[in-house]
Amino acid sequence: MSLNLPIYLDHAATTPCDPRVVEAMLPYFTKEFGNPGSRNHSFGWRAEEAVDRAREQVARLIGASDKEIVFTSGSTESNNLAIKGAAEMYEKHPVGSGKPRGHIITALHEHKAVLDPCKRLAKQGFDVTFLEPPRDGVITAEMVRSAMRDDTILVTIMWANNEIGTINEIPRIGTLCHERDVIFHTDATQWVGKMPTNVERDSVDLMSFSGHKMYGPKGVGALYVRRRKPRVRLVSQVDGGGQERGFRSGTLNVTGIVGLGKAAEIAMEEMDRDGQRLLGLRRRLEQVITQNLDVTQINGNPEKRLPHLTNISFGFVEGESLMMACKDIAMSSGSACTSASLEPSYVLKSLGVGDELAHSSLRFSLGRWTTEEEIDFAAASVIRSVKKLRELSPLYDMHKEGIDLSKIEWAHH
Amino acid sequence: MAYGPKIIEHYENPRNVGTFGTQSEIKQRKDVGVGLVGAPECGDVMQLQIKVDQRGRIEDAKFKCFGCGSAIASSSLATEWIKGKTLDEAEEIRNTQIVEELSLPPVKIHCSVLAEDAIKAAIEDYRKKNGLPTHDHDHEHASA
Repeated sequence: MSLNLPIYLDHAATTPCDPRVVEAMLPYFTKEFGNPGSRNHSFGWRAEEAVDRAREQVARLIGASDKEIVFTSGSTESNNLAIKGAAEMYEKHPVGSGKPRGHIITALHEHKAVLDPCKRLAKQGFDVTFLEPPRDGVITAEMVRSAMRDDTILVTIMWANNEIGTINEIPRIGTLCHERDVIFHTDATQWVGKMPTNVERDSVDLMSFSGHKMYGPKGVGALYVRRRKPRVRLVSQVDGGGQERGFRSGTLNVTGIVGLGKAAEIAMEEMDRDGQRLLGLRRRLEQVITQNLDVTQINGNPEKRLPHLTNISFGFVEGESLMMACKDIAMSSGSACTSASLEPSYVLKSLGVGDELAHSSLRFSLGRWTTEEEIDFAAASVIRSVKKLRELSPLYDMHKEGIDLSKIEWAHH
Repeated sequence: MAYGPKIIEHYENPRNVGTFGTQSEIKQRKDVGVGLVGAPECGDVMQLQIKVDQRGRIEDAKFKCFGCGSAIASSSLATEWIKGKTLDEAEEIRNTQIVEELSLPPVKIHCSVLAEDAIKAAIEDYRKKNGLPTHDHDHEHASA
């Protein structure tokens, strides 16, 4: 079988739609185009049935009840609704009281869609603690515990990190929050649909996820909102017709929601098999690369990580030129949201990966249709490119001569 | 980032890659000047070596570069341009000429600045080694 180039190894940025998902969606563009809010005719009823079915499919994937699913436009919106909505609802002291409105705990290597809402809340009178991740990237319950205060109202810690794939101590952090009557939100964008999820077992109160990271369409996602023990309330961020039980107004994206439902159903069936297979492929990729190149580093905890994602730093080569050299492979240096900037990844920096290594890091994320042949091709291409760029690299020469790069006085621009 | 064809051509077939010896060997050689500019944490380091003949003409030049495609292309082009020039002539090369020749995008102007700095640093190093008067340069670079 011949390889189709370029090879897509950037599934953490987005995934292709599964053809089964597209097929499920198609009738809802044309024939079944009704607005589920139309209560007076069959077009509306059939659209509502489709949404109800999707809600059940999504709920089943995460062990929730269908009444706990709020459909949104994706994880960014879900994160904003969860974080701002909970902060406003559970504030301890009103604005102007002279005291912080409440205390929120998050971490420095969260996605911008969590960090920026938190920063906005900080400007509006909330206190926010940004936990510094340790070198292995894993946020533990102990770290959260030591940051907790009497006025802590919300903890928001992602389930799995989008750049390095490390998995935080979610059930334990959730349990801790429940002991302290603190609301626990997790951005599970990279997790749901890939890994078994049960909001009861895992003690999650609010959870964000997106369709397009699990072979569904873009522009649709959901927020799980716990209904009992505790019943979580939120101040809505989009007001209007009162859809989604008032949590999120706006005509429902029926086609997208049908797609998300189908994607959830497929994920539930196939995630174990996919996960096992991709773990094997990822290990193969890591092994071939690290065996053939010196001075490489796999970033983040080696065990507590997603099966399909790896982030590797290559000493003495620069990331952008490395991507240019591997032009037949679509992957990412840093996350897609930051790779337009020339700054090294803030996620890797927060783990204490030196700037020069953070400049030369690649994220490989595998998906449902990634093959062994593609992995072998990608590994060979990366190895060839790194070797070529190291022949060009004055830093690699110095390293081989035994010169300590940190001892050189560099002229900073 | 979408690069122009000249950047890609230099990146894929860089001219004059290499050195005239290890760092310690080069220190001993009076006919070779070295410019090492940039910093690893900024994502760009350029090393330019010039071999100068008896009459003060650059007879050969070699580079190594840790950096993006534009940085590699800028240093490759610099070696091409300075070969055969006298030190005074090579000193006249400006980053704006490199920007123009390679059609560097605005966010990559600093790569051309680095190449100009590397040329000047290599010339300065050669002059110092040989007890020749060195010039103080005004670092006036076009920024866009």
